[in-house]
Amino acid sequence: MIIDGSEGSLKKFLSDLPPVDQVGAEARAAMLSTRSIKTTSKAWAIDMAISMVDLTTLEGADSFGKVKALCAKAVRPDPTDLTVPSVGAICVYNDMVKIARAELDAIGGRDIPVAAVATAFPSGRASRAVKELDTQDAINAGANEIDMVIDRGAFLSGRIGEVFEEIKVIKELCGDKAHLKVILETGELVTYDNVRKASYLAMLAGADFIKTSTGKVAPAATAPVVLVMLEAVRDYFTLTGTKIGVKPAGGIRTTKDAIKQLVLVNETAGPDWLNPSLFRIGASALLNDLLMQRMKLRTGHYASANYVTMD
Amino acid sequence: MSGFEYASAPESKAIANIASSYGLFINGKFVDPKKGKSFNTINPATEELLSKIGYADKLDIDSAVKSARAAFTKVWSKMPANERGKYLYRIARIMQERAREFAVVETLDNGKPIRESRDTDVPLAAAHFFYHAGWADKLEYVGVGSKPKPVGVVGQIIPWNFPLLMLAWKIAPALAAGNTVVLKPAETTPLTALLFAQVCQQAGLPDGVVNIVTGDGITGAALVNHPDINKIAFTGSTEVGKAIARSISATKKSATLELGGKAANLVFDDAAIDEAVEGIVNGIFFNQGHVCCAGSRLLLQENIAEEVLEKLKKRMSLIRVGDPMDKNTDLGAINSKEQLMRIREISNTGDAEGANRWSPDCTLPTKGFWYPPTIFTGVSQSHRIAREEIFGPVLSVLTFRTPAEGIEKANNTMYGLSAGIWSDKGSKVLWAAKQLKAGVIWSNTFNKFDPASPFGGYKESGWGREGGRHGLAGYLTSDAKVAK
Repeated sequence: MIIDGSEGSLKKFLSDLPPVDQVGAEARAAMLSTRSIKTTSKAWAIDMAISMVDLTTLEGADSFGKVKALCAKAVRPDPTDLTVPSVGAICVYNDMVKIARAELDAIGGRDIPVAAVATAFPSGRASRAVKELDTQDAINAGANEIDMVIDRGAFLSGRIGEVFEEIKVIKELCGDKAHLKVILETGELVTYDNVRKASYLAMLAGADFIKTSTGKVAPAATAPVVLVMLEAVRDYFTLTGTKIGVKPAGGIRTTKDAIKQLVLVNETAGPDWLNPSLFRIGASALLNDLLMQRMKLRTGHYASANYVTMD
Repeated sequence: MSGFEYASAPESKAIANIASSYGLFINGKFVDPKKGKSFNTINPATEELLSKIGYADKLDIDSAVKSARAAFTKVWSKMPANERGKYLYRIARIMQERAREFAVVETLDNGKPIRESRDTDVPLAAAHFFYHAGWADKLEYVGVGSKPKPVGVVGQIIPWNFPLLMLAWKIAPALAAGNTVVLKPAETTPLTALLFAQVCQQAGLPDGVVNIVTGDGITGAALVNHPDINKIAFTGSTEVGKAIARSISATKKSATLELGGKAANLVFDDAAIDEAVEGIVNGIFFNQGHVCCAGSRLLLQENIAEEVLEKLKKRMSLIRVGDPMDKNTDLGAINSKEQLMRIREISNTGDAEGANRWSPDCTLPTKGFWYPPTIFTGVSQSHRIAREEIFGPVLSVLTFRTPAEGIEKANNTMYGLSAGIWSDKGSKVLWAAKQLKAGVIWSNTFNKFDPASPFGGYKESGWGREGGRHGLAGYLTSDAKVAK
């Protein structure tokens, strides 16, 4: 362990991290977005992106029916073409976990994990006890992955020991039953320095994945934010030998956006991270665009929106 | 396919309408050289012939200068300033409209990656014309008196590293100030200048205001020595710059010289390391290191040297070397065989003098002129690779212990064109900038250019400035001088 867990050692560790230069980070991300991904590499990237999608529904209006439909889509994204891979996971609210797990198991999606957003998602404004219960409840219901939010208020006011402690406690609850994804909500952390610090804090506390956003706050998974997080997992691997995953979520709607994310991964953390166990894309609308672009590559022409399923 | 390999994504050559031969552009028309001589220009990435180019000798230079003189006295210097501005705006707009064509021709002729010609060279060239177009009717605010006058006919000689951009740096301010020009592009990269000549025709620029004469060093010397030239503006090697200075020393000709460099890129231990690594890469590998202001001497504070070098090597392994027309290429071809030999010669002294060479694994194309991205560590001030301009993708890495030592090493050079400072601490950046003897200093960035910002060097890096108000002043004379 690089730190002893005390607030002092955490603060020292985080303040010793090199700063991020805003202009430089944005310029690097912009340069990488000019990569031109065509033909065979585009086909590869589309299938990789599909297998990385955390197919998400996080609405107050979510119902069992809606979640079941999403499960069907997750297993067979394109019913007319069974060579399309299944998605990376289903991501739902706590109370939908049981139905999602049962449905996936029933329709041939046993290998698709169910992720539950927990710890008073999206604001994180609840007592520690409620957050623990929330997490335990999701695990009991069969969640394979927990997407927790950090306490941004505590982070911004300098109580980083609290943030660390909370992640640690949730991680202990997850144990070997569930993977822990830690949502930083970068849109509320605002600066890239904060994003870097929060990334390390989460990794040190035991995150298996660091995730940009809840999807409820804009801006979300901007390219420079993802760049800074990918640098963090790359350097954390150099430091500890442990590979932590990254999940951008929010605002990634088109194939172009998704491919830009894969380019960022490829040229920052490296090709090792180009698989669903180390990179996921949290999205709802993205999948259909990926499917339409996939059809276009195979047939040479664009199909109307009615040729992909609406769920 | 296994893994994320980027499939080839070449820009189409179809838009580049390169003629099989070009004459000289004199008095608004393309004319054959008087003696009918020509030379070849090739694509340095493939060694394929692109076109045959007219070779201008003394007689052709004389007719170009005569045409420029006539255009100066009869048309351009008498034209209302806002009218001159309109022509410059028109040229700028046409360059933007034909941006893709310019980018493709530049990449074919020069060997630089299409990403750079498309995203840097061509947009910046157009920006120079826009910027100076605005100045044309505001010359009394340049700072050379209330009634500034143009100097007259200007002879301009530009290098092969940024053919179109250097043309824009030269022609835009000269024309805005009311001068007429005879411009000689580099022998290996004449094509975008000739394309620019077509733009002048398209814009209806009066005949003789811009003349473009192609040739080699002898052509350039004939231009410098022509008695009816009022000013020489040159960008190129310090050696040729000195020769120009000598040959005009007994004349009334004035000169602007942009010469060599061996820029220090100083990384302090409080720098944003990831962005500094990007800046180091951009500083030396941008345009294959064919940049007079390239950050070719990396000065690392010793306590972070190991970390930075480790990250730099990882980053260098990602540099994509190859076909310049591929939109994903980061490092293109060396511009000529001659330059490749020179890079090899100086770099080999690095090995001989005991520095440690490192390059990432990369396969170089078999045809054309190529050099891998290279760094030398264990370099000291007394190595040739720390003193001489290599003008290629070769970085010399030195270390320093204290900020004062860093500055001392940075300034210990015969050049002084540019420098870079990497530190997150504002006060240190300002302190260092004040100590560095270099004309351009970048803080937490490198190789950034803007038409409004003057560019030029200390010591053997040159005379005068280009760009901004300071650059424009070099193309004007004050009332006092006219009165003499």
